[in-house]
Amino acid sequence: MKSKVVIAAAIALCLGAGVAGMASAAGEPQVVRQGLMKKVGGSLGALSAIAKGTKPYDAATVKASLSAISESAKAFPEQFPAGSETGFETSAAPAIWQNMADFKARAAKLGSDADAILASMPADQAGVAQAIEKLGADCSACHQTYRLKR
Amino acid sequence: MARTWTKLAAGVVAIAVAGVAVGIAVTKPQRQPADHWANLGAPDLANGEKVFWAGGCVSCHADPSAEGDALKIMSGGRALKTPFGTFHVPNISPDKHAGIGGWTLAQFGDAMTRGVGDDGEHLYPSFPYGSYARLTPKDINDLYSYLKTLPPSSNVALPHELSFPFNMRIALGGWKMLYLTDAPRVQLGSADEKVKRGQYLVEGPGHCGECHTPRDALGGFQKDKWLAGGPDPEGKGSIPNITPGSKKVGSWSEDDIANYLESGFTPDFDSVGGSMVDVQKNIAHLPKGDLQAIAAYLKSVPAR
Repeated sequence: MKSKVVIAAAIALCLGAGVAGMASAAGEPQVVRQGLMKKVGGSLGALSAIAKGTKPYDAATVKASLSAISESAKAFPEQFPAGSETGFETSAAPAIWQNMADFKARAAKLGSDADAILASMPADQAGVAQAIEKLGADCSACHQTYRLKR
Repeated sequence: MARTWTKLAAGVVAIAVAGVAVGIAVTKPQRQPADHWANLGAPDLANGEKVFWAGGCVSCHADPSAEGDALKIMSGGRALKTPFGTFHVPNISPDKHAGIGGWTLAQFGDAMTRGVGDDGEHLYPSFPYGSYARLTPKDINDLYSYLKTLPPSSNVALPHELSFPFNMRIALGGWKMLYLTDAPRVQLGSADEKVKRGQYLVEGPGHCGECHTPRDALGGFQKDKWLAGGPDPEGKGSIPNITPGSKKVGSWSEDDIANYLESGFTPDFDSVGGSMVDVQKNIAHLPKGDLQAIAAYLKSVPAR
């Protein structure tokens, strides 16, 4: 009887440790910044559906997507502390840590461009297409230097 | 006895000299026959511009910081660092002295398709003539005429800085014997016009295989790994497999591929990155039909 309790407790502990392990992986900067990029990608996907006409123009979606891009871009450059250069399948290029100021400026530009577009709020399909073009240029300009090909 | 040895040694030397002479003769730079460039008629400048963007001339020959209209100034000067040494990209603007303004169509065409310079010397395959060899004489003529319309630049590019034995241009004859061909890279079952156009664009002007196909120790393509990707020779990371066997690109539809080339976005809205950023910007100048043709071809090549 007692041994069963010990086994159960051991299993519970293992599960707990497993969950704690997952939680700590989720908090790693490499994982956080990958999540932020996915969020930007998802938002661009929602905008693109409108730009291509596969979804009708919807102001709430446009606003939410642009806000998500702006917030993610602002949180993004804080996720590159020393020690996060490798691991967790990161594709961050070493150039980030060699040119941190430039890297941060590029992330800031994505944020401020998203804010500027939000302020004038694209009113139709064509406006959304223009917004994507502007934001997409920020994506590739930064990825050209600071993301490794994978 | 001594005389026999001397004779033998002399014989060996003679054979070696003859061997080298034959080797040099066999591997000397080979131009196209002059009539290759005959009867092409008036150049089509709009098509020349298409070939210009498909060929990605800008990526190497424009100043690295150039944007907008300045991209069309083919001043050269960019340094390409490779395991063989540093190549300095030449000026191909229409400047008569610093550029190629004084070249004839045949000189330009021989450089593009045979890797032969204006002095009859072998050119290094860092200039992807191994792909451009597939260009039709008409496309070469149209491109030649289009390049003449671009602004001249007086920039004089540095000579290449290569270590021995890579600084011996004569050795390039052997490399060409091994690898230079204008034959198709893959035999396709489909005779579809769209796929054929895609094959021409990818294997010829687009020179996609130059990065996306892994190379052997002598710098030639590994034939059975066409477009299969591999480690990035320029440094860290890797170059993606773009055949249907790729875990990533293989799952994209034709429309996904064409859309990526046009917009720079993957189907899950990741963006283009690395040296592909410039490639995508160039290729996006092509008409949609050509992007669809490239996509159709990439779906038709053997999965690797």
